[in-house]
This record gives sequence, structure tokens and C-alpha cells, in this order.
Amino acid sequence: MAKLLLRNGRVVDPAAGHDAVADLLVEDGMIAGYGPHADVVGAEEFDAAGMVVAPGFIDMHVHLREPGFEHSETIESGSRAAAAGGFTSICCMPNTHPVNDSVTVTSYIVERARHNAVVNVYPIGAITRKSAGEELAAIGSMKRAGIVAISDDGRPVMNARVMRRAMEMARSFDLPVIDHCEDLHLSAGGDMHEGLTSLKLGLRGIPACSEDVMVARDILLAEVTGARFHAAHISSRHSIAMVKQAKALGLPVTAEVCPHHFALSDEDMPPYDSNFKMKPPLRDRSDTGAAVEGVLSGAIDAIATDHAPHPGSEKMQEFERCPFGILGLETAIALALETFVHTGRLPMSKLVEKFTTAPARILRLPRGTLAKGAPADITIFDLDRPWTYDVNRSFSKSRNSPFHGRTFRGGPVATIVNGRFAWRKDKEL
Amino acid sequence: MAKGLLGIEDLERAEIEAILARAKDFQPLQNRSNKRLDLLRGRMIVNLFFEASTRTRTSFEIAAKRLGADAVSITASGSSVAKGESLVDTLNTLAAMKPDAIVMRHAASGAPHFLSRHLPAPIVNAGDGTHEHPTQALLDALTILDHRQSLEGLRVAIIGDIVHSRVARSNIYLLSKFGAGIVLCGPASLLPPKMDRLAPGARITYDMREAIENADVIMMLRVQLERQNESPFPASEYYPFYGLQVEHLHLAKPDVLVMHPGPINRGREIASDVADSQRSVILNQVENGIAVRMAVLERIMN
Repeated sequence: MAKLLLRNGRVVDPAAGHDAVADLLVEDGMIAGYGPHADVVGAEEFDAAGMVVAPGFIDMHVHLREPGFEHSETIESGSRAAAAGGFTSICCMPNTHPVNDSVTVTSYIVERARHNAVVNVYPIGAITRKSAGEELAAIGSMKRAGIVAISDDGRPVMNARVMRRAMEMARSFDLPVIDHCEDLHLSAGGDMHEGLTSLKLGLRGIPACSEDVMVARDILLAEVTGARFHAAHISSRHSIAMVKQAKALGLPVTAEVCPHHFALSDEDMPPYDSNFKMKPPLRDRSDTGAAVEGVLSGAIDAIATDHAPHPGSEKMQEFERCPFGILGLETAIALALETFVHTGRLPMSKLVEKFTTAPARILRLPRGTLAKGAPADITIFDLDRPWTYDVNRSFSKSRNSPFHGRTFRGGPVATIVNGRFAWRKDKEL
Repeated sequence: MAKGLLGIEDLERAEIEAILARAKDFQPLQNRSNKRLDLLRGRMIVNLFFEASTRTRTSFEIAAKRLGADAVSITASGSSVAKGESLVDTLNTLAAMKPDAIVMRHAASGAPHFLSRHLPAPIVNAGDGTHEHPTQALLDALTILDHRQSLEGLRVAIIGDIVHSRVARSNIYLLSKFGAGIVLCGPASLLPPKMDRLAPGARITYDMREAIENADVIMMLRVQLERQNESPFPASEYYPFYGLQVEHLHLAKPDVLVMHPGPINRGREIASDVADSQRSVILNQVENGIAVRMAVLERIMN
């Protein structure tokens, strides 16, 4: 395979504590190394001057909708959106149709991804059969077939005893348990965060405590079982505080936050605009502040998008009838730069960690590093170029983004997966 | 009014005053033998009622007809809506019929806002879910002003299922803009904290007697505990603690006005003798509904 030389980029490799301008060489789909001046003959060159060259970003929380909901997204279209958003690996949640609760479905996804995806796709298996919250799924067998975690995302296990058993299974197979923390009794009927805005709009609320009580439950169960509990898309200040406390106690607890939860609050929603409807909902300003603070303090390990495509026909109805979820892959890096880097809150390598080494560590993926011999997954982005997100040009099959028309500073420039360009801005049509 | 009337929250005080002044012009018309004006002759108004409502729909129909407009009413049952047609498709169909205005009631909060983003015709919100019911607040204000010089400084108690009430929200916004003192009262499950932050001048009490003390106006809301999936408050506890009874009236100002948006549940939120008492202006509210809706329709179509 040909050689690829990325010239003069700012190589940020958190695993090695490296943040300096260097040339990075890729050979045979692997990282061959980086250093101040590479003297290479016969390599394809890419001028990365002024850009950040980072390990390939990993999004540990996406919905690819295949099998079953291919009108919303497919493994192919979702993977293209991922590549355009700077992600080289994505982990897809099991709420497909059928639910990914068996080796058959896991293998189907792995196989489809091998043929159609332009980035690495790692399936996440269901905790319970059909994610119905009752009988445990074939967790061990699914791990053999390729799952990297278990979750009943969107249909959280309400029975604490079932969750305890699931965690014991996960412990046996060394898989993290990713929970969408929501007490469905407390949130029932809710359409947005319960607060002044929901009262004004006359929309039923999803109280922050519906998230908090489940985070508390899962932390306690993680302590009892010794399983690794990962709190998905954490959004409330109390939940974040509890995760922080659990970590201080040395419990095997990790958490992710979505860009929309640190970039937007419930007040930012134009009245009844369903492109701002997701679960957990946009919360209030103090929660948004806690999400930012959680990323800075390390209470929050990773940034994940919860990319959740829905076709226009489903989002074009009464707010209360619209499904939950928004696109996220193509705007995540720009939102993270806006919130953490342009404001000087976080050094670049710390931010890159949230997208690379952190998810790789949680999921035990052999990626997220630029170490010699690692698979050549590389994300290249710039910092100052102004650009405007046009969701109508998205690679996703859906158009449900609250960030349509927003102007950003800096974003993805090129995405390399296993040594090949999966997407590059300068070759876009 | 740029386009239609979706709510009171975003209306300027001057705009409200103009509507109320015009409604006052229309009031005497109700007692004439020829009640018809030709201000909107040849215009077509579609009344789109996705939720049952005899009185509001009739009131809008009469208002439209008295202005000389052609009014067509479509109710959800018996229409394609009941056959599962989506809101977007219904509206596309309507848009093709080129109405000059649409009056809309819908069980979902924000449904008229959603439609107004996609339709050229002005939309009058005749009640959306638990959000707003602007013409109700306007007719309530007109009714109060039939008996008081101004709204400023009045003490208005709004009692009942506040959280699910579009009437309460619109009234809170309107009364606040005119400097009234608003006391919200109901059980905590129907009156969450922060409700008093909807607009300046509002406060919360869970004690009915405190709410009524020195009140100039008592607005009772309809309770529909039996219609909710789960009961936020036991129905049997409601009337003894939050139902308006004759002995309450002594706590209020002697000339207190008792109001209710209707239809009333006698013996559930209001005692029968209170509803029929001299202090009740419930039927005046109904009468004023027509004048106010005439003023609104005229304003949005001219």
C-alpha cells in the first residue's frame, strides 16, 4: 500500500503527551511515526500546515437506524456523515428493528459495515431481549460477534434487579454497561426539560430528577457488582455531581456528554421547533454550565453525539408527536472548539482526549492514538476558518439539526480511516 | 399584529388596548335587531377545530358572520383528520382553498405556531393545548372593564388547575401587562413552583382563603381530574379545598366579580349558588366573546 505523509500539521497525540508541529507518516494503513522532519520518498503528501492532526475521533453513541429504519439513516449514510464530521469510529446503539439483541443482528451490522461503511463501526448490544427490560440478551455471544458494550438506550431498564443481573453479566464478559438514565415513570409524557420554559410553552416536562435517580441507582449497582457503568448523554448538574463523587470514591463509573447539552439550553429553543427536541432534553443554564464544568474537571470522560436521525415527515408535526433526537456527527467538533478551545477553557490535547483516548479506554478499542503501529485513523481539523452548517447538504439521510445555519470557527478538514481518506473537504463536490 | 393572533405573551399593551376599544364599539351591536355589519364582506374564514368546543367555535362563527365574512367550520370528528391525516397535509389542503384567515383550536401546545410558519394565512389561536387561549383573556379583560375603570392594581385570584390551563396563562400575561396583582391558587400538583415567574405581579398560594382575601376578581378554572391519565390530585379532595363556595365570597371585596371560562362543573370547582349569584359575570363573558372575536378578526384581516 502507498505511503501517506501529512506535512507540517500540529500533531496532537494525548496518549504520548505530544502537541507540536510535525510530519506524520502512514504506511500500509498503520501509523509509521511522526517527527519534526520526515524525509520520505514516494509518498502521497497532504499539507496540514495550520491544522490539527489528531488520532481518529471516536463517537461512542450514534444511531445508524439499520436494520429497520433505513429511510432515516443507513450504516453507509451515517458513516459518511461521521467521516465528514471528523469521526473515524462510531458505535451504534441497538435500537434498530430488529433490536440488536442477538448474534444474528450483530453479525449483520458488522457485515454491512464491512461492505458499506467508510469508517469503523462498532455495534453496541442490547441489555435485554428486544430491549423490553425483562430477559437478558445473549450478551456473551454478542461480544464474540463484535459488540463493545451493552445498552438499552432509549428504553432504559426500569427494573433494578434486572439491571443488577445485567451488570453481573457485563462484569463476567468485561463489557461496559451504557445506560440512558431516565426513570420512565417520572418522565412519562414529557416533551422538554421541566422548567420555566416548559411552563410557558405549555409543554409537559421531563424533570432533571428523572435522570438523577437512575444515575444514582446505576452508581450503586456498579458498586455492588463491580461492573463498569457508563452514563450516556448526561445532562443534569446533579447527575454530573454524582458521577464526580463516584469517581472520587474509586468506583468504575464513566460518563459522556453531548455537544448540544453544553452548547444549548432550553431557552435557546425557538418555540415548538422539534429540531431542538431530544432526550435527555436541553436543560437549563445551570445544567449547561455544569456540563462544561464537568468536561473541564474530568467528571465527564468523553464527548459523544447521540446522532439520532429522523426524517422530515416525522419531525414535521405537532411538537408533542415528534420523535426525540437530533443529528450530531457533523457539528460536534466545531461545537467543542467553540465551547472549550476558542474560549481558552481547555488545552487542545485535553479536548482531543475526550474524543479519542477516553472512549477508546472505556470501550477497550485499540484506537485513539497515533502510536507507531496503531491503525492509521486520523482526524484533521482547522481552528479559524469560518463556515456555516447547511443541514441540507448533510451526508445523513435526515435533516433534523438545531444547528442549521449556524456559523462556526474551525472544523473537520479531512478524515483518514485505516490509512485511506474517508472524506476530505477539498475533494467535496 | 403582524400575522394572526397566536398568544397574549408577545402582544404589546397598546395592541391589547386597541382590540378592547374596538370590542367596546361592537358591544351595542349585540342588542340590535340587525346585528350584521359588512366590514369583512366576501372574506373567507376557516374555523378549524381539532378539539371539541361548542362555545368557542360558535362564538367565532357568529363573530365572523356579524362581520359579513363567510365562515366554514371544520371539526376533527367526521373530517379527514379523524382518518389519520397529518397536520401538515390538512394544512396543505386548506392552503389550497385560500382562506383569508384560519381560526384554530388544537389539543397540542404550539400546533398553531407550527402551522403559522408554513401558511400564508393569518391564524387566530382559539386555544392550543395547555399553552394559550388569547381571545379568552381578551374577553375576560373586557368583562372586568365593564365593571371597573382599569385593570391596574386589581387583585385577581386565578384558582384551579393552573398548570394545564391555557386560560390561566393568557390571563396571567394580559393582567400582568396592565399592572394587576395576580394570585395563583391550586394544589401543588396543579400549580408547580416557577408558575409565578411567568410574568411580573404573579404569586402563588396553596390556600384558597388567602387567595380570595380582598380579591376584586375570582377566576375559576375548569377541573378535569377525571380526564387525566394519572390523578395529580384526588378528585374527592378537590371541591372541599379548592371549590368556590358562598362563604368564600365574604372574604373578597363586596363587589367581587366571579368569572369562569366555561363550561362550568357545578359542585366540582364552583358551587351552584355561586355560579348563579349576583357576583357571577359568567354569562357576560360569553356575550363579550363575540365582540372581542369580531375585533380580533377585523384587526388581523385588515
